[in-house]
Amino acid sequence: MTLRVKALESLLVEKGLVDPAALDAIVDHFEHKVGPRNGARVVARAWSDPDFLTRLRTDATEAIAELGYFGGQGEHMVAVENTAAVHNLVVCTLCSCYPWPVLGLPPVWYKSAPYRSRAVIDPRGVLAEFGTALPDDVEVRVWDSTAEIRYLVIPERPAGTEGLDEDALAALVTRNGMIGTARL
Amino acid sequence: MGGMAGMGPIAPEADEPVFHHAWEARVHALTVASPTRGNIDAGRHERELIPGPEYLAMSYYEKWFRSLSRLLVKRGAATEQELASGRADPASAKATPNLPAAEVTARLTRRGSYLREGPAATFAIGDRVRARNLNPPGHTRLPRYARGHEGVIVAQRGTHVFPDANAHGRGEDPHPLYTVRFTARELWGPDASPRDSVHLDLWEPYLERA
Repeated sequence: MTLRVKALESLLVEKGLVDPAALDAIVDHFEHKVGPRNGARVVARAWSDPDFLTRLRTDATEAIAELGYFGGQGEHMVAVENTAAVHNLVVCTLCSCYPWPVLGLPPVWYKSAPYRSRAVIDPRGVLAEFGTALPDDVEVRVWDSTAEIRYLVIPERPAGTEGLDEDALAALVTRNGMIGTARL
Repeated sequence: MGGMAGMGPIAPEADEPVFHHAWEARVHALTVASPTRGNIDAGRHERELIPGPEYLAMSYYEKWFRSLSRLLVKRGAATEQELASGRADPASAKATPNLPAAEVTARLTRRGSYLREGPAATFAIGDRVRARNLNPPGHTRLPRYARGHEGVIVAQRGTHVFPDANAHGRGEDPHPLYTVRFTARELWGPDASPRDSVHLDLWEPYLERA
């Protein structure tokens, strides 16, 4: 693939269709500017600031934009909150929809046929495979991203974190926690 | 492929890099920078046109590479001969890049929207609806596993670009979009958990009153 992609790139550059410096900048954006650390900031703010949580519930796109996170694949954000009684899990069965501005690009498993096929029919089995055994009395809500709405799971705040500031809280938040394949 | 069995185990990878190979990063960047960018539905449909057995055997960015190559030809941005040779036809005019380097950050962080002016919502929150049994030959975002099943409207999302039209160059044809909750038992039968549910974002043409 390396040679085939190189050939396509040089063709498109020769034709003037793409600017090679733009390609470098795009790669840099996805490797360094977006990623789950952004989403973790959103979660930590939601845990720490009740007014922010209210705004997140009312209009997640606007609330998340307050932290400077917006752009393609984050045009219409919805936050779904885990509680002791409800666990949320996000999937895109049709392709690979994922909230890029807050989580970056999705991991390979999220885009793979095994996850896409099973998350909707066997979410508890999927969670168990990720090491999370959910009690029967916890309700599982699966969100299949079939349109341009992008879902961010707000995990339950772990016990014993009352004294922590936002930075310390953000450090506890994992990517899988915000997809819903893990609990914190 | 939602609900299909036999796709094998999920294989999470520890400390997964954003891209596994430099060529993957370039394919991603080429797709974002290419003149074919701009109609997300057409891009998704192009990947769906890859025959099933091949689709399942290809890696994610192999699919992106294939669909980018096909779209470049379909849009007249490059010819099959150019793709095969890797050299521009000397007779072709030199283009201007769709996305110059200086505009990358602004483009990637642009606050876009798929909301459009259009018909108002017919269904209200709490209404029972059935996903129609539609099997169009082209692009749709109504998953097969929901077709014919009943659910409840849990949110109105405004009037959005309709992929079934937009993917095929028939304009944006906006329609009201809803989040619909289907119980796991409705979708998967009596062995499913009585508590669990699946939520889908569905456009009004996919739905009828139940």
